Amino acid sequence: MTVEVPAAKTDDIEIRLLLEAVFRKYHYDFRNYSSASIKRRLAQARDHFGCASFSQLQDKVLHDGAVLRELLAFLTVQVSEMFRDPAYFKAIREKVVPHLRTYPSLKIWVAGCSSGEEVYSLAILLREEGLEEKAMIYATDINPEALEKAEAGIYGIDRIPQFTQNHRLSGGKSSLSDYYTAAYGGASFDKSLRSRVLFSDHSLVTDAVFGEMHLVSCRNVLIYFDRELQDRAIGLFRDSLGRKGFLGLGSKESLRFSKHSDAFADFSRDDRIYQKLGA
Amino acid sequence: MAQAIEKPTAIVIGASAGALGALSVILPELPAGFALPVLIVVHVPPDRNNLMAELLQAKCQIRVCEGEDKDSIRPGVVYLAPPDYHLQVEPSLDISLSNDEAVLFSRPSIDVLFETAADAYGDGLIGVVLTGGNNDGARGLRAIIDAGGRGLVQRPDTAFTTAMPAAALQACPEAEVLSLEEIAAYLKKAGAR
Repeated sequence: MTVEVPAAKTDDIEIRLLLEAVFRKYHYDFRNYSSASIKRRLAQARDHFGCASFSQLQDKVLHDGAVLRELLAFLTVQVSEMFRDPAYFKAIREKVVPHLRTYPSLKIWVAGCSSGEEVYSLAILLREEGLEEKAMIYATDINPEALEKAEAGIYGIDRIPQFTQNHRLSGGKSSLSDYYTAAYGGASFDKSLRSRVLFSDHSLVTDAVFGEMHLVSCRNVLIYFDRELQDRAIGLFRDSLGRKGFLGLGSKESLRFSKHSDAFADFSRDDRIYQKLGA
Repeated sequence: MAQAIEKPTAIVIGASAGALGALSVILPELPAGFALPVLIVVHVPPDRNNLMAELLQAKCQIRVCEGEDKDSIRPGVVYLAPPDYHLQVEPSLDISLSNDEAVLFSRPSIDVLFETAADAYGDGLIGVVLTGGNNDGARGLRAIIDAGGRGLVQRPDTAFTTAMPAAALQACPEAEVLSLEEIAAYLKKAGAR
């Protein structure tokens, strides 16, 4: 007699094995990323590498480290904008900055900074508010290529009108054109903006707490995690923030489903900015 | 009347230009105790403050809200994709949002919702393509039918804009072609307790 057990779909089995392989061989852990997004991104990678199946892609990545680097781009790269969601930056400027002014020195963590658009946005905002000199921005990501791009600070000139409009809507006090020079189809952002920025490799999945932060900004990263991993990351933010420190999330992210939600209070609800409760 | 699906588990709907008018015919027909979840992508501009859910809720008995990341999908609730995010169904039947690039210039994308829902729900899924001016939804509806689900398409000659239902029909000749009123009746019956 045979028992009919609904079989897991073949491609889902292959994806689990592929992610396990990437973790065991390279220590990049995507096993708790949300499935729907990772499946779409892996399907794009599979097609890009001309593989007929996820198993073939697994074979390729296990035996060729160069494939991993490209695969990471498929799995992690986020295209953002400078001052994306201007209302968020306006809230940082108008509501959070008055608190930040009261500290003698400032530590800010941009977690999952990708190619750096948000890092430059915050650096410009801090300069406009006269806080740059006493601030240190830690910009982290797991993708070394993204970090290189972030450090270079060169963006397509076609993106500048959007960046400029966002900057203005965010309450920008200067002209964005003060901060970049156009050359060879790219807008190269002023090196001095990076003088208070430290770019480094850090994983929210496998690495530990970071400094005593006054503000952690982590936007549109948590939506790619399952609930368990979201809790890990939010736990890291809680432990990295000093008393009364601020946590800014993406406009569709919240602490609603997190087991750490008790550690934070709503600070600016619509802007998804939270404040860590004092101990 | 179109043939009913055997054991429906969820409904997904895609609409673009003319969406509010079309959904205002369909959704008010669904009762508060509707037995299925309804997930909807409407092409909207990326502004944070979108009134679509409020406008529709005012006309409906069934609960209408914007889908939130990692929310469990419940029967009797209409989930709209938030502006500027893809709305996806996880295999665990939770919602997930994504910020991945636009598909066919659209974020939210109907194809992304339909393909992830087809993957999660399989043969119990009903996919509906309504009025719209591009070909988003065609590929997704194909995925739904290939996974054993059912496809409904608004009769192009009754649509505010015909391109989207026409493209869906071209990709899915076996889909049922219905007027808005017939789609409403079909869905109401599928989700009757």
